Amino acid sequence: MLSIENLHVSIGDKEIIKGLSLQVPAGEVHAVMGPNGAGKSTLSYTLAGRAGYEVTEGMATLDGEDLLALEPNERAAKGVFLSFQYPLEIPGVPTLTFIRAALNAQRKARGEGEVSAPAFLKLAREAAGKLKIDFDMLKRPLNVGFSGGEKKRMEILQMAMLSPRLLILDETDSGLDIDALRIVSEGVNAMRSPDRSMLVITHYQRLLDYIKPDRVHVLASGRIVASGGPELALELEAKGYDQYAKAAA
Amino acid sequence: MSLMQAIKARDASLLPSRRDEAWRYSDLRAAIREIPGASPEASRPTGPPPLVDVEADHEILVLNGRAEAKGFLAVAGAPITLRLRIVSDAEHTLHQSALTLDLEPGADLTLIETYEGQGSAYVSGFSLAISLGAGARLERIVLVDEPADAISISRSEIELQPGARLAQTVVCSGARLQRHETEVRHPGGGADVRLDGLYLLDGKRHADLTTVLAHTAPDGTTRQLTKGLAKDQARGVFQGRILVEEGADRTDARMGHHALLLNDGAEIDAKPELEIYADEVSCAHGNTVGSLDDAALFYMRSRGLPEAEARALLMQAFVGEVVDRIEHDGARAAVQAWVARRLEALA
Ligand SMILES: Nc1ncnc2c1ncn2[C@@H]1O[C@H](COP(=O)(O)OP(=O)(O)OP(=O)(O)O)[C@@H](O)[C@H]1O
Ligand SMILES: [Mg+2]
Repeated sequence: MLSIENLHVSIGDKEIIKGLSLQVPAGEVHAVMGPNGAGKSTLSYTLAGRAGYEVTEGMATLDGEDLLALEPNERAAKGVFLSFQYPLEIPGVPTLTFIRAALNAQRKARGEGEVSAPAFLKLAREAAGKLKIDFDMLKRPLNVGFSGGEKKRMEILQMAMLSPRLLILDETDSGLDIDALRIVSEGVNAMRSPDRSMLVITHYQRLLDYIKPDRVHVLASGRIVASGGPELALELEAKGYDQYAKAAA
Repeated sequence: MSLMQAIKARDASLLPSRRDEAWRYSDLRAAIREIPGASPEASRPTGPPPLVDVEADHEILVLNGRAEAKGFLAVAGAPITLRLRIVSDAEHTLHQSALTLDLEPGADLTLIETYEGQGSAYVSGFSLAISLGAGARLERIVLVDEPADAISISRSEIELQPGARLAQTVVCSGARLQRHETEVRHPGGGADVRLDGLYLLDGKRHADLTTVLAHTAPDGTTRQLTKGLAKDQARGVFQGRILVEEGADRTDARMGHHALLLNDGAEIDAKPELEIYADEVSCAHGNTVGSLDDAALFYMRSRGLPEAEARALLMQAFVGEVVDRIEHDGARAAVQAWVARRLEALA
């Protein structure tokens, strides 16, 4: 499980995460909602290990292991996967080449052998089929010229193929059309399992109709200011964040 | 002023220096204080040549400035591959030589031209005069891969007849001072030139890719793409000049130079020049110097790629565009393999 205790994160001189605590037990899906600029992406980047996100206090562990001491690629090999709010374009690197390199690098770090080319292609075809991604698209450089929604689908494809243990979805629903939202949600739901934890960051209740969370947290001004069951998301949709903005201030 | 004249006169003060516009970024005078003594004869190299996997029909060896032949004539007919292997095996001495390469009208030649060296701190000079008859085709693949403390100056002058096609790719890893210079007289009349380059530098290596191309008559096309990577305190120099002379109307020329600095201490000097004195000309040039994208690197690492592997993948993708333009399948594969090995040092 993921455990975050009293986390403080600064970017430059500016403290963005200000004493955040959160537990996501194995097998559970937790939603994180909160106003723009609250620190949701900062939290996900910190968990993934982005440079420049300085942890000044607190800790974050995955199954008891200190995540914050690890390099980003080591975290990935331990099973951390962040679906980016804004996926990057990787010019000149075909999507399949990239995913295969990532998968084999993770396997190597875990002391496992490489996946054979035929086995990898089979895996890619299956995953693409489920997400209704045209297989030819995987021959194009990763995300270069892809639409916003296509990039998000590509994130979920990578997630499915890399089979992580901690899934962090940072606004995966934004940019998706109605059908894509359903398809992507089905892809995510298919990954629910007793040994996986998921952190789903979203602004919209609609995603949570598809991916039913066990808990919902409100992140405002760098802290978790409220937690509850799925009904909390409905309440936020109706009332907005006003009350929490005051509570956090 | 030139290397040849200075050697003949045994006078280092005749060497080109940064006060000469064409040598502004590669100060040969500063690199050679005194003209060294002549290199002795050397024995034939026992190891395989660079780009060994490319099958060649003919081979010319140039060993410490002693060439096996004065030149080569490619006759029309079936495609031919010629390996020109320029080898230095010397310590603190100097050697130089010159060769001619002629393509009959309609000839089709792939030239695998490689520079390699053993020993240290030698000065090597090499020049090549190339002529292409009407409709001839030359693909020239040059690999300059020498010891870090060598000084190596190579220069070629290329004349084409209308309807000929020249495609050139120069790949180099730098040295104490390494310069590869190409001068092309472009006859228009449907002749087509591609002039590509790639420099992959680390340590204190210096590479200078200089080209001067003159369109002298109407209806010629030129495509030029040079890319480079510089790490540590390495220095990459690109000087590309395309001159469209009066009357060379409807010339279509494109020049691009794009480089990445892999860290703060490295340096790139680029001087792309287009000079146009003709009408209805379509010319463009682009020049960028950047660095590896940190955000992209983090994204790649977050998917499990170790930093060096992520960097190598981005670099490979960046330089791949140049290598992919090599038309000869075997040569392209061999250069790809060489580049992949070289990138391991730069990652
Ligand atoms: N590199 C940076 N330098 C300075 N401030 C930054 C930097 N990156 C983010 N911030 C600030 O940190 C705060 C939190 O940003 P973050 O992206 O985490 O918000 P968010 O909750 O994900 O918002 P959104 O819902 O709009 O995606 C914002 O005020 C933002 O301006
Ligand atoms: Mg965000």
